Amino acid sequence: MSQPGDSHRQEPRLLAAGPDAGWARHLDTFGPWEPQAAGPGLLEVLAESGLTGRGGAAFETWRKATAAAGSGRKGLFAARPVVIANGAEGEPLSFKDRTLLAHAPHLVIDGLVALAAALGQTGGRTGSQTSTGGTSMYVYAPAASLPRLRQALGERPGGRRIHVVQAPETFISGESSAVVNMIANGTALPTDQRRRLSESGLNGRPTLVVNVETLAQVALIARYGAQWFRQAGTAADPGTRLVSVSGPAPVRDVVLEVPGGVQLSAVLKEAGMDPGYLSAVLVGGYHGRWVRPADHALAPAGPPGRTVRPGAGVIHALDLQTCGIQATAGIVSYLAGQSARQCGPCMFGLPAMASVLNRIAGGETNPRLTVELDRLGRLVSGRGACRHPEGTTGLVSSALEVFAADFRAHLAGYCAGPGRVAA
Amino acid sequence: MKTYLHIDWTSCDGRGLCSELLPGVLDRDDWGYPVARGKVGGERTDVPLRDADLDAAQEAVFLCPRLALSLVQRTAPEPGQRTPGR
Repeated sequence: MSQPGDSHRQEPRLLAAGPDAGWARHLDTFGPWEPQAAGPGLLEVLAESGLTGRGGAAFETWRKATAAAGSGRKGLFAARPVVIANGAEGEPLSFKDRTLLAHAPHLVIDGLVALAAALGQTGGRTGSQTSTGGTSMYVYAPAASLPRLRQALGERPGGRRIHVVQAPETFISGESSAVVNMIANGTALPTDQRRRLSESGLNGRPTLVVNVETLAQVALIARYGAQWFRQAGTAADPGTRLVSVSGPAPVRDVVLEVPGGVQLSAVLKEAGMDPGYLSAVLVGGYHGRWVRPADHALAPAGPPGRTVRPGAGVIHALDLQTCGIQATAGIVSYLAGQSARQCGPCMFGLPAMASVLNRIAGGETNPRLTVELDRLGRLVSGRGACRHPEGTTGLVSSALEVFAADFRAHLAGYCAGPGRVAA
Repeated sequence: MKTYLHIDWTSCDGRGLCSELLPGVLDRDDWGYPVARGKVGGERTDVPLRDADLDAAQEAVFLCPRLALSLVQRTAPEPGQRTPGR
C-alpha cells in the first residue's frame, strides 16, 4: 500500500471530463444517470462515504442533510426544504470553486438535484408532482460564474427549475446565513441564528446551504457509491478535495485535486514549489492557519502539530524573503475591512487587532504589543452572528506561534525579512 | 433542558444594561459590549444560565433597549458536538 502523501498523483475525479465540459461530454465521461434516482437512500450512502463539507467547516454532509430533512418532516404542514449550491468564494486566495463551476457545472447541478430529491423524498411530502418532492433549488455564485452556469442549466432537462442568484464579491457573502439573507432580502449579511438554518432558513423553510465542490462530490458518490469514494484518501479523511494553491513568483496559481490526508509538502511540490525554500504556508485561507511547510497532513481532524485543517482548500506559500508579520498584518487589515459592521466585538475588535499588528510590522518595539494582540483575540472570539471573529483570531494566534521568532526580532528593533530593517 | 441567554450581536449596541443586571454573568469589553464571564466559544453568544440568574436574565431580556436578548431553552449539547453552520 502506498503512503498517503508520497509522489503518486491523484487521478482527476471532479474534473475528469476535462475543460469546459458540456452536457454531452459530462454524460459521456460520468455515464448517464438520473439524479432523482438516488432517492432517500442517498443520505445513508453519504454517511457511509464519510464526505465532509468542502466549504470550510468540514461538517459531515449527511448530518447536515439529515437535520434539514428531519425538520421538514415535523409539524402538521410539512415545510418543503430548500437546497442552495453555494459557489460564493469571497476569499482572495480561493479559486477552486469558480474553476469547478467553469469546467464541471453539470457535476455540481447533478449533486444539487440529487440532494434536493433525497430531501424531498424523506421530507414526507408524497404525491408531489415534481421529482424533487417540492424541494426548491438555488445556485448562488459570483457574477463571473453566472453565464457558464446559465448555459449549463439551459443544456439539461429540468435545468430551468433551478434559480440562479448572484453572490456579491465580499468576504462574508458565502457565510451560510448571509447566503440565505441575500436570496431572501438582497443583502448578503450574516443574520443572528437563534434558530438553525436546517430548522428555519429561507422563508422559514428548512434550508441546506452546501458548497459547490461538496455537491460535485455528492454527484460522484451517488453514481459510483461510498466504497468507490473511499478508495482515495485515508480512513479518517476519505475521498479527494480541490485545493487552490498559490505561492511566490514564478509559481502559477493552480487548482489541484488531492487525496484526503495528503502531506502538505507533497501538494507544494506538485504545484512546483520546493518546501525548503518556503518560510511558512497559509492553509485554509484567511480564516485558516500559518504552518511551517514540513510534516503536516492536510485533513479536517488529526493530531495537532502534524495535521492542518484544509478549511476552504486554500494553500498559500510565503518565500523566505517575505516577512510573515507583514503578510499577516495585511490579511488582518483586509479582514477588519470585511466585517459586516453589525456586531460590535467584530466591528471594533478586528480593526484594533489590525492596528496592533501594523504597529509591530511597522517597527514599534513595545513588548506589550503581542500581549495586547493576544488579549484582543481572546476578547472577540465567539462573539458575533458568524465566525468571522474567531476565524480571524485563529489566524492571528497561528501567526504568533509560527512567527514567534519574527515577533521577537521585530520587538527588538529589526525585521528578519531583508530590506525591512525597522527604525 | 437548560436555559441560555442568547445575544443577538447584530442588534446589540453595547448599552450595558444587561451587564448591570447580571454582574455575575456578564462583564463589559473595551467598547461596552457584554462578555460572558469565564466562557469561551459559542457559550459567549448562547450563555448558559444558573437557576439563580434566571430572574435577572428575564429582566434583562425585557429591559434591553435594543431587544438584543432572548432566553432559549434547549438540551445541553454533548461535549465535543458541533453544530452545522455555527
